Amino acid sequence: MHKIESKNVNFYYGETQALHDISLSMKENTVTALIGPSGCGKSTYLRLLNRMNDLIDKTHLNGEIYIDGHNIYAKNTNVDDLRKNVGMVFQKPNPFPKSIYENVAYGLKVNGITDKKVIEERVITSIEQVALWDEVKDKLNKSAFELSGGQQQRLCIARALAIQPSVLLMDEPTSALDPISTAKVEELIYDLKNMYTIVIVTHNMQQAGRVSDNTAFFYMGELVEYDKTKNLFTNPRKERTQNYITGRFG
Amino acid sequence: MKKENRLAKRKRRNQKIAFGLFQFVSYSIVALLFIILAFIVIKGIGVISWEFISEMPKEGMTQGGIYPAIVGTLCLVLGSMLFAFPVGVLAAIYMNEYVKDGWPKRIIKQMTNNLAGVPSIVFGLFGMALFVNKLEFGDSLLAGSLTLGLLVLPVVIRTTEESLKAVEDTFRHASLALGATKWQTTSKVVLPIAFPNILTGLILSIGRVSGETAPILFTVAAYFLPKLPTSIFDQAMALPYHLYVISTSGTNIEASRAMAYGTALILIVIVLISNLLANALRKYFGRKVKMN
Repeated sequence: MHKIESKNVNFYYGETQALHDISLSMKENTVTALIGPSGCGKSTYLRLLNRMNDLIDKTHLNGEIYIDGHNIYAKNTNVDDLRKNVGMVFQKPNPFPKSIYENVAYGLKVNGITDKKVIEERVITSIEQVALWDEVKDKLNKSAFELSGGQQQRLCIARALAIQPSVLLMDEPTSALDPISTAKVEELIYDLKNMYTIVIVTHNMQQAGRVSDNTAFFYMGELVEYDKTKNLFTNPRKERTQNYITGRFG
Repeated sequence: MKKENRLAKRKRRNQKIAFGLFQFVSYSIVALLFIILAFIVIKGIGVISWEFISEMPKEGMTQGGIYPAIVGTLCLVLGSMLFAFPVGVLAAIYMNEYVKDGWPKRIIKQMTNNLAGVPSIVFGLFGMALFVNKLEFGDSLLAGSLTLGLLVLPVVIRTTEESLKAVEDTFRHASLALGATKWQTTSKVVLPIAFPNILTGLILSIGRVSGETAPILFTVAAYFLPKLPTSIFDQAMALPYHLYVISTSGTNIEASRAMAYGTALILIVIVLISNLLANALRKYFGRKVKMN
């Protein structure tokens, strides 16, 4: 069974159709990269997976998206539980104006974990998971804003991991970072693959090539091609994919 | 080449004229404020003494102090805030965090703006009709506080809304994406960030409340009452009304002129203190929010 499975997904912002008949399945513990030019629908698709698009007025969807075999757009879906299971990392690092510790503990607290010991353990584990522990262990009570952009982004990943999701969505997570921080985050994605199913939107095709197992190429709201990353980059079946990855447009 | 030089010169000259004009206008405003302040301080400072702020008025309000008016105004400020703050903040949260864009929101917004534009004397009449007569609170601190509360309600709503709007959506999204509910997001992320600005708006509206005369005219203010209120159903004196009384209809207007300036000075000092307090608190909490 696939971890994530979309069937004939059409999505509309008001009258404008942003996604056309997307069917796309992802296996557990894989990294899937979504690529394509700006406005192609890749971020929209990503945000469907944890229903963040619900926050935008006048949108609607038809089709089905299953995670662990459960239709996440079914009436009986609890959106808060869904988002707990499907974590998200955003384009710009967005830590809360709280301490480093509180940033990671927040997700645990809002999900009803009150045992201080459990919280502390999970906070530490999560920060270790993103290889940030050595850098912040002496200043856990300092503001998260004191960290560099790259550290903030890794903190945001730790924050998402703390509540133990099984899927991790990343929306251009390195677009605001310098090359060294980018390399660290990419390394991290590679390490996290064993425990999570990761979907990453990226503008950077080298990045897609480096971190992902499979790549989906979106264009004008359509899924043009979806294949093993290696195949898609070396031997694309569609001309539009060929043009895009060779930089002829987009 | 020569032509370009002329053009550059003209541009520079225009720039200088515009800049000079703006500078003049800005400084004029500051100067005007200082002139008014200086005028009141010079005229009023003579009567300021411990007795003036701690004693009852005497001799037909030409002697003694303004203690009950100060206490009355402080009570009214407190009472109106107790009403306007929770109602206004909750309304603003509802409007900014919960209601989706659409006609219900537009109507509430428009109504709030209209409420802000209603002349204060109309609030006074409304307060008298509803609180004093209909609800039978009589002329009382309660009726006056509620009337003043209604008056500043749109101010509280608007400043709170602006403060909430200033909180970037990325924080809301981060919280929601962690499985937090809307209320958790609002109470644990949005409100703490917006708090310093909400507080500032609140304290600035204290200045507004303490200076209003018309809304308290028919609802609470006593012409002369040389004792302190003991319950919320008591009448009270208040600074702006006291100022009005001893300037226009006192027993001996000439004799109480100095008292009037002294009263004005005290009123201004109260407003000034609340503004300074607003600044200090905003800075203090602004830092604290970042640290936490």
